Amino acid sequence: MRIDLNGEVIRTQALTLADLLSEQGFDAPCVATALNGDFIARSMRDATRLDEGMKVEVLSPMQGG
Amino acid sequence: MFYGVDLTSRLMLGTAQYPSPAVLLEAIEASGAEIITVSLRREGAAGAAFRNILSESRCRLLPNTAGCHTTREAVTTARMAREVFGTSWIKLEVIGHADTLQPDPFALVEAARVLCAEGFEVFPYTTEDLIVGEKLLEAGCKVLMPWGAPIGSGQGLRNPEGLRTMRAHFTGIPLVVDAGIGAPSQAAQAMEMGLDAILLNTAVAKAVDPAAMARAFGRAIQAGREAFEAGLMPRRDMACASTPVFGLAELV
Repeated sequence: MRIDLNGEVIRTQALTLADLLSEQGFDAPCVATALNGDFIARSMRDATRLDEGMKVEVLSPMQGG
Repeated sequence: MFYGVDLTSRLMLGTAQYPSPAVLLEAIEASGAEIITVSLRREGAAGAAFRNILSESRCRLLPNTAGCHTTREAVTTARMAREVFGTSWIKLEVIGHADTLQPDPFALVEAARVLCAEGFEVFPYTTEDLIVGEKLLEAGCKVLMPWGAPIGSGQGLRNPEGLRTMRAHFTGIPLVVDAGIGAPSQAAQAMEMGLDAILLNTAVAKAVDPAAMARAFGRAIQAGREAFEAGLMPRRDMACASTPVFGLAELV
């Protein structure tokens, strides 16, 4: 299926958010995730299923003012 | 000073826009800051080096919601930040206009209400408006962060009288001047007025020598605080000789 990951449309085999992080090579403990604008806690990633066209944000600690 | 945390330094330092991670680390150390601000972004090239600094630095982290324009975006960002940084502190920014980066006070109060109810300890980036400040306190905020001038502008205190009024109105509430400070003298001015702390970033990061500027800010802020505690003399409209007139020789 195709989903929007951090602003880019990608094809994925992943069925859950946790699968997606591992498929895309993210360091899962060090990122925060949101699905269609809502925060998804680390503990919910396994249970969060992906659907065609969903918007996923995977964010990391960065510099800020 | 902030949510039950006592601090020695009254300078809070932003971590963005430095020429290199090494310079950032030097600047943090030179400033004496015990709180640094951080953000959440899509992974970029400098991400790993930055996270090394976070692990090396002994500072407490204050994640921000920079770039959020709506309550929803800010609330989601805060929730993400709490998980990834492991802190309930959040510098709440809800931007109302892309050019001025002025806070949207309506969305700010709404977001503060949601986040305080969820146990966040909110540091709201606000204006000097007293009623907005009261609403933020009602929402559960225990600190207010009025702007000095638009973010990154380096203009200093655009409305010193407004900040003075705010200081008088919110007795006992920590007030942090956040944004717009360009020079140590401006930071000292705010501290002399009795504001509790200064949050800055660009003035240090964009200095020719960021570490030296960070040290200068740290000292100016300390000097301003000491001056406030010492009690400034009242201002006069006319001159008043400091050397005694009594005993003056007649030499004409």
